[in-house]
Amino acid sequence: MTKEVSLDHVWVEFENFVAVEDANLTIAGGEFFSFLGPSGCGKTTLLRCISGFQEPTLGRIRIGNHDMKGVGPNRRPTALIFQNLALFPLRSVADNIAFPLEVRGVEKRERRRRADELLEMIALPGQGDKRIDELSGGQKQRVAIARALAVKPDILLLDEPLSALDLKLRQHMRTELRAIQKQVGLTFIYITHDQGEALTMSDRVAVMSRGKIQQVADSRTIYDRPATSFVASFVGENNAFAGTVLAKDGQGITIDAGLGVPLVAALRADSGVTPAVGEPCHLFIRPEALVPMTSGSPNSFEARLVKEEFEGHMRHLLLQAGEHQLRMSLVNNGLGGSVAGADGRLTVGFVPELAVALPLGLLASA
Amino acid sequence: MTRKTGTGLIPGLYLLLFFAYLFGPLIIMVITAFNSSQFPRIRPWECFTTGWFAKLAADDKLLAGIGSSLVIGIGVIAVAIPVGLAAAILLSQVGPRLRSALYTIFIAPILVPGVVIGLSTLIFWGRIAGFLGLSYKSFLYDGTFLTILGQVTFIAAYSMLVFLSRIQRFDPTLTEAALDMGATPTQAFCKVLLPFMAPAIGSATVLAFLASLENYNTTVFTIVSGSTFTTVLASKVRYGLDPSISAVAVIIIGATLVAAILYESWRRDKARRLLPAGRRVPAAPADLWLAPVRRLTHPAFVGAMLAVVVGGSIWAGSRHDSSACEAQIMENKRALQQQFMQQQAPASPPPAATTAPVQAPASSVFAPSNLFSSPAPEPAPAPAQAPANGAFAPSGLAPSSEAPAPAGQQPAPASPFAPSNLAPSQ
Ligand SMILES: Nc1ncnc2c1ncn2[C@@H]1O[C@H](COP(=O)(O)OP(=O)(O)OP(=O)(O)O)[C@@H](O)[C@H]1O
Ligand SMILES: [Mg+2]
Repeated sequence: MTKEVSLDHVWVEFENFVAVEDANLTIAGGEFFSFLGPSGCGKTTLLRCISGFQEPTLGRIRIGNHDMKGVGPNRRPTALIFQNLALFPLRSVADNIAFPLEVRGVEKRERRRRADELLEMIALPGQGDKRIDELSGGQKQRVAIARALAVKPDILLLDEPLSALDLKLRQHMRTELRAIQKQVGLTFIYITHDQGEALTMSDRVAVMSRGKIQQVADSRTIYDRPATSFVASFVGENNAFAGTVLAKDGQGITIDAGLGVPLVAALRADSGVTPAVGEPCHLFIRPEALVPMTSGSPNSFEARLVKEEFEGHMRHLLLQAGEHQLRMSLVNNGLGGSVAGADGRLTVGFVPELAVALPLGLLASA
Repeated sequence: MTRKTGTGLIPGLYLLLFFAYLFGPLIIMVITAFNSSQFPRIRPWECFTTGWFAKLAADDKLLAGIGSSLVIGIGVIAVAIPVGLAAAILLSQVGPRLRSALYTIFIAPILVPGVVIGLSTLIFWGRIAGFLGLSYKSFLYDGTFLTILGQVTFIAAYSMLVFLSRIQRFDPTLTEAALDMGATPTQAFCKVLLPFMAPAIGSATVLAFLASLENYNTTVFTIVSGSTFTTVLASKVRYGLDPSISAVAVIIIGATLVAAILYESWRRDKARRLLPAGRRVPAAPADLWLAPVRRLTHPAFVGAMLAVVVGGSIWAGSRHDSSACEAQIMENKRALQQQFMQQQAPASPPPAATTAPVQAPASSVFAPSNLFSSPAPEPAPAPAQAPANGAFAPSGLAPSSEAPAPAGQQPAPASPFAPSNLAPSQ
């Protein structure tokens, strides 16, 4: 059984410090939902509210249409995988996995049988008698997941469970987690500050900054149509230009970004709040949206090549245009050759559909 | 080469001195327990005897004291360990400012002199009993009860310190994880925190028991009319020491050694069991060869060996009879004394004086003069009339002209050290 989780205008305050500000969203049953945000933005706090370790100062949390106010963590249908895993070091692997059954009074032989079953699932068969510190990082990870699944919770909460692992293992565990989620069909609420992780695994992502949820959407929308300056600058690489709106019509918005030429970003039906004429704004152009252009084309400007980094399939160029530093990425076509002329100058531009104009806002600190 | 021996010599010497300092007194004390001399000493060696143990076993006062010490020790453990654990848990959960304030309060009883704790416990509960109008038979006037309360005041703080050092390494998310897994708070406590604290509980229990057993300055007030092991020992020291004190020491040292050996062998056995699975199986031939050695160090085997050794020594000791030797020594002394007497007072040998020290040999073990006769010829009537008084009471030495008369008329002072004995004007 999957249950939906809804946060109804949840606020959490610690002595005059607002850790979560008006979180308002619904996570569908069976969804893989991620919270993404920089360190200290309130992700763990929100998760602790859902699992019952923290009472919201204001607002309500409902799980499967039951108000969770006053319901202790041991009586909620959630299982939390802690940031540090929190495996019991004095218990064997099997006893760890069977702990939720033990506290529910399940008889010993049945516990062992279920633990073996789960060990099978996490591909650690026959390792039940090991001690926790005899396991590798990835194995501990899997044991923590097995322990959380032992009593078939409705919602699995994961607090940066992969942050302690090395890159290879991390990628492996990502696919494994996703596979487990598909297999058991639970609601996964996943916390991370690794955007790659959030974007690849999730059905939907909520981006948070300073306790505030900035945008809730699927990965593609988050990346292509960011709703705020923070999201645009936090997720993926982006070139940000502060400027003012010169004109605005049904198709596009013309911006003076201090590059000497007006730049146009397309407006679409699903564009959210856009800045009004005369207002300050941010223009975002992704490095891969920038391309070399012939001088004088619309939406193009002069730049000077500062540095080039070669990364196999991509070439990353660092450019200087006016007082802006910008990054540009080109797919390596294997032909080599410099994009800039002998004097190191080149003209770059973009198509309006790949640029995003947003009201001036806070950027993710670079 | 010379350099090497030189650098080895000084640390070696230092170690030797260190251990001599540490264990010397203990070793001497152990030896004195087997010397038949009336006073605990090694020289002169008289006879090897186990009689002091027999005397100890027959000492009802001491046995009663040990009994009440055990009861008090168990009571103190039962109260101080939970209190100390609760205090440590509390300290680990409050904020930093409150923590330092609470810590100071909890630790204060250790800093307060034991005498003050003893007196205030006595007075406080006496007042409460008085306020409630209870009779002197009520438990609030009971020495055991008061002593447990008084000792718990500071022993709980000791055990809290032990718990604190352990609980600081406890990861509180483990408790949260247990709760999240559906455990009730009680289950989380019993299944996660308690097992983690188990080693500290063990050491705190031992510490609490020893601290209770050896406490004197609080106990001496709170025990009221009763007695404990330490108060009995203290009164023994005050009223005349004999080597049965050393016998007590031998028993305590023996018990400590046995406990330490058993614990160590148990600990090693456990450490071996906890080796990672891969290394547990004896794979190399060397391991197979070691197998019998392992069996020899198994706790059960060690325990059996210790039982045999201790039981054997007790059995052998109880069969040893030193009375013949002691009689011989006594005879020698008498002869020696006679000789001295005759040498120093050839003119008028008092016939009664020679028998006086023999009649009251235990009366004053602190007076070495016993063995070497009296420095001055004494009038016969005095020792004869009051033999228990100590024939060589200092009053005999008083520079009084009519020495014999007052000594004889005095109504027998109880101790040779009674101050009146020394008063020059009588
Ligand atoms: N018990 C508390 N008392 C006071 N402030 C707290 C408390 N718990 C968290 N905070 C504050 O709330 C903010 C959010 O903390 P939280 O742990 O939710 O961050 P996070 O997003 O999980 O960060 P990270 O990615 O580093 O884990 C932080 O600024 C933190 O200092
Ligand atoms: Mg966190």
